[in-house]
Amino acid sequence: MRILVVEDDKDVAGFVVKGLREAGHTIEHVDNGRDGLFLAASENFDAIILDRMLPGGIDGLRLLETLRAQDNATPVLFLSALGQVDDRVKGLKAGGDDYMTKPFAFAELLARVEALARRGKGEGPTTRLMVGDLEMDLLSRGVKRAGQKIDLQPREFRLLEYLMRHAGQVVTRTMLLEGVWDYHFDPQTNVIDVHVSRLRQKIDKPFESTLLHTVRNAGYMLRVEEP
Amino acid sequence: MADLPDSDAPEDRTELAPRPLEAEPVVRRRTVLRSASVRFAVLYGLVFGISTIVLAASLRYTTLGLLSRQTEVAIRADGAGLLNHYRTGGIPGMVLALRNRIRENPDDSAIYLLVDPLGNRVIGNMSGWPQAVKQDNVLYSVPIEHFHKSSAAQLRAYALPDGDQLLVGRDIEMQVKLRRILRDAMIWALAAMVGLGVVGALVVRGLFSRSIGDITTTTRAIARGDLSKRVRRDYTGDEFDIMAETINDMLDRIARLMDGVRQVSNAIAHDLRTPIARARTRLEFAASHSTDADELRIAIERATGELDGVVRVFQALLRIAEIEAGARRSAFAAINLTPVIADLAEFYEAAAEERGITFDASWPDALNMIGDVDMLQQAIANLLDNAIKFAPDGGVVHLAARRDAESIEIHITDNGPGIPEADRTRATERFYRAEAARNTPGTGLGLALVAAIAQLHNGRIRLDDNHPGLRAVLVLPRDNPKPSAKLRERLLSATRRKSVVA
Ligand SMILES: Nc1ncnc2c1ncn2[C@@H]1O[C@H](COP(=O)(O)OP(=O)(O)O)[C@@H](O)[C@H]1O
Ligand SMILES: [Mg+2]
Repeated sequence: MRILVVEDDKDVAGFVVKGLREAGHTIEHVDNGRDGLFLAASENFDAIILDRMLPGGIDGLRLLETLRAQDNATPVLFLSALGQVDDRVKGLKAGGDDYMTKPFAFAELLARVEALARRGKGEGPTTRLMVGDLEMDLLSRGVKRAGQKIDLQPREFRLLEYLMRHAGQVVTRTMLLEGVWDYHFDPQTNVIDVHVSRLRQKIDKPFESTLLHTVRNAGYMLRVEEP
Repeated sequence: MADLPDSDAPEDRTELAPRPLEAEPVVRRRTVLRSASVRFAVLYGLVFGISTIVLAASLRYTTLGLLSRQTEVAIRADGAGLLNHYRTGGIPGMVLALRNRIRENPDDSAIYLLVDPLGNRVIGNMSGWPQAVKQDNVLYSVPIEHFHKSSAAQLRAYALPDGDQLLVGRDIEMQVKLRRILRDAMIWALAAMVGLGVVGALVVRGLFSRSIGDITTTTRAIARGDLSKRVRRDYTGDEFDIMAETINDMLDRIARLMDGVRQVSNAIAHDLRTPIARARTRLEFAASHSTDADELRIAIERATGELDGVVRVFQALLRIAEIEAGARRSAFAAINLTPVIADLAEFYEAAAEERGITFDASWPDALNMIGDVDMLQQAIANLLDNAIKFAPDGGVVHLAARRDAESIEIHITDNGPGIPEADRTRATERFYRAEAARNTPGTGLGLALVAAIAQLHNGRIRLDDNHPGLRAVLVLPRDNPKPSAKLRERLLSATRRKSVVA
């Protein structure tokens, strides 16, 4: 995927660019708001990683507002040292799709930016989700694996839906917390893991192959195991 | 703080650079003029003085002016009468008339003199023609010698066709005296006014320096770092008293914030230094001792984990500070806590079950209040987190929400070790962790955050004994005006009173 990184800190930028390239993405990097706006407006990207405080007269917020005013809907992830609740609210109001504060874990950034980039190419509203032999009917709210009906609690259903929509991608605990429960705090106990393992009991345990994998130091991923 | 001037002369505040000593008197004189109380008194005296002067001047003008105009009219009428006599009876007729008038003039206030063309007196009650009177038909005000005493008179001369000259006048000694009395009175009044003005200024100055001076010394002491000083109040409820109260409230808040800052910096010293030191040593040791890549990787991962912990503490601290600063009240809205609690119960129920803990929750169908959902969510989550963390395996955790007319109470109980009575007030301070909790995960900031959130909602967190275990009660008022009600009421009443006075 093609990703634009607008970040003035050399170390952070170098590390992000290198990491994203290793993950197989094509990266453009600029270190000021003016060039960032120019590139973002004139070329196509799948996602933009945007710092808020930038040199060159145009900060991240201005850049994004200008971009959105031109009907450019490229998904944008803010990566900022401004971490107060109000800062986050401001960033999302300006048209940001996600907001991460520094310091951050690269795995989290990668997972989130990939999720964003893919969402940008969304196939439109669907009524069915399929991962391997696991199917979810969003209308009847029914879940089947290998033709066998699986009973899920409403929250388990939402959790599975989120994982299926992000099939093949790493999903972090924070992403689940925000995306499934809409919680924006950090529960100290491993509650998310408990919920995931309950779901695993239902969708994986009775079957041959595993679909819900734990990704070390990052989170979870729903995918078909390669033979 | 260190470069604050230590002299208590107020003018020192404006200049940071050391000033030559001889400049002192100049600055001091300017200060006297700059003093609001002196300015106020001078202005007051000026208005008072000008109105007095205007009053006195108009009094003087009307009385003296009236009297002198009356005299002038009387002289004119008298002269015209005498000329009439002359016209009908010639000099003898006039002399007769003059004699009559002089006789019928008991207080000698009327003055007459008729002289022949050679200047000899024919008749009259004046010894000689006054030097000053030279022209006819002109009114003179001159000092005269009248019955052997000096006096003043208004005089008018008439030339008669046969060469005689008539002088008609009035003694105005009384008027002169009156004028003098008025002038003296005005001088005295002026003196009294100046005196009163000075006294008034001193009184006003005293008032000011008692009220404002006290405020100034207090705030200056605070600025110098002595946070224990408070403005003296007289409890009269007047503007100065309200101001003193407001300032004291403000100082209380500043003191609390400063306490917070002190606590935080102490805590940072202890609780952040330790993991940073650990990460640092780990990295340093790995760099010099690791023999293979795996060993190195493990060390780096551990150090990263430790730094993540530091970041977590850091973020929690910032969040508490943010909430305590009160900035987040902008997100207050009318909310129903019931679904929030139901979701949290479901969320944590899984964690409880995992540890074999019996968890049950109950709530009424609606818990309406004004507040910030995200924050209340986090507060309740922190309490549930603690309960599940400290309850023993196979223990019991309850969540119960109730409401009455004014408030909502959320009780979270467990049957773990609880918090000893003596530690309960300290438990909501940042970084408090009981000795026994040292080996559980956590930062010691959870309860501090709950307390800050409760306070933001004008509520509080209560920690009770659950025999055994802890009963944490989050008490939230249902009706929550945006700024704290007490403050707003006070501000309103103060401005109201001020506008009545103005
Ligand atoms: N439910 C509880 N039972 C026993 N002790 C508790 C409970 N809740 C809090 N405490 C004590 O208060 C301390 C502070 O709690 P908290 O601020 O939430 O920090 P943390 O959970 O990170 O340790 C805990 O370390 C523990 O000693
Ligand atoms: Mg806690």
